[in-house]
Amino acid sequence: MVSVSSEPLLPTALKILIAGGFGVGKTTMVGSVSEVAPLETEERITTASVGVDDLAGIEKKSSTTVAMDFGRITISPELVLYLFGTPGQDRFWFMWDDLSTGALGAVVLADTRRLDASFASIDFFESRDIPFAVGVNCFDGRREATAEQVRQALDLDPSTPVVLCDVRERQSSKTVLLAVLEAARAQAEARLAASGQL
Amino acid sequence: MREPRWLDDEQAGRHVRPYAITGGRTRHSRHHFTLITLVVSRFTHESEQDHLEPEAMAILALCRERAVAVAEIAGTLDLPVSVVKVLCGDLLNAELIIVQAPPALTEQPSVDLIERVMDGIRQL
Repeated sequence: MVSVSSEPLLPTALKILIAGGFGVGKTTMVGSVSEVAPLETEERITTASVGVDDLAGIEKKSSTTVAMDFGRITISPELVLYLFGTPGQDRFWFMWDDLSTGALGAVVLADTRRLDASFASIDFFESRDIPFAVGVNCFDGRREATAEQVRQALDLDPSTPVVLCDVRERQSSKTVLLAVLEAARAQAEARLAASGQL
Repeated sequence: MREPRWLDDEQAGRHVRPYAITGGRTRHSRHHFTLITLVVSRFTHESEQDHLEPEAMAILALCRERAVAVAEIAGTLDLPVSVVKVLCGDLLNAELIIVQAPPALTEQPSVDLIERVMDGIRQL
């Protein structure tokens, strides 16, 4: 008996995170490259004992709703890339494991007037070994700092790409995504080289 | 007979508590979904599924044309991600959907895969 499968082959889904402080342009960047208008998704996460005083061993648990927006880029019939803009104000997104694990890489969008707002994201991606690039969003074409100055101020590894960008422009956002993917490729190549030396 | 006092959609907001849709479950006992697990309806026509919740019907309708990620379903239908995961678990049990999980976490992306994505981005 011949079994004919009529089930369609599904594409593979990948994701890139777009992190950074509040109001730095994450949603704008998602919108400039996505083929659909950015959609918002929310999830309730349990935040066990986050930032609460120790009350004599009483385990404090509360939950918070984390919302982020995302867009989609169809790379080919076999590949779909999803972009997730992490919630800017909310430090709890780091606890949303489903959001951060398995990402191909991440963008940290930075504003030169508030560089400190990107520290938490940079620490997070460095500690998890997630390849990332820093996009310095220059609103209105203002370039108040060079990529090298930003690199020094953020104390970045020399291998981390820093790109000056204007995320309202699709071409500019594409450059930032390509920088992330270059960091991811470098990591994958390093992994290959390391395994070859065994 | 008294007329029921319905509010229209915009005034009403969400009347049903999200977890009432899932029978109180916050996660599915058998299936694990991620934000980018892709879902597609197994049947292209509207089958008779009277027993399903309206939200489950909406998922089937949304995923009829193409594969849709869990996050996308949640965003489009305005449901929390965890509710969508439970409903998709039920639909998978009932063999009404086909799913595609993203590459396993242990499986690091290959240079080839990354370059294919780069080519796609350049062509946007």
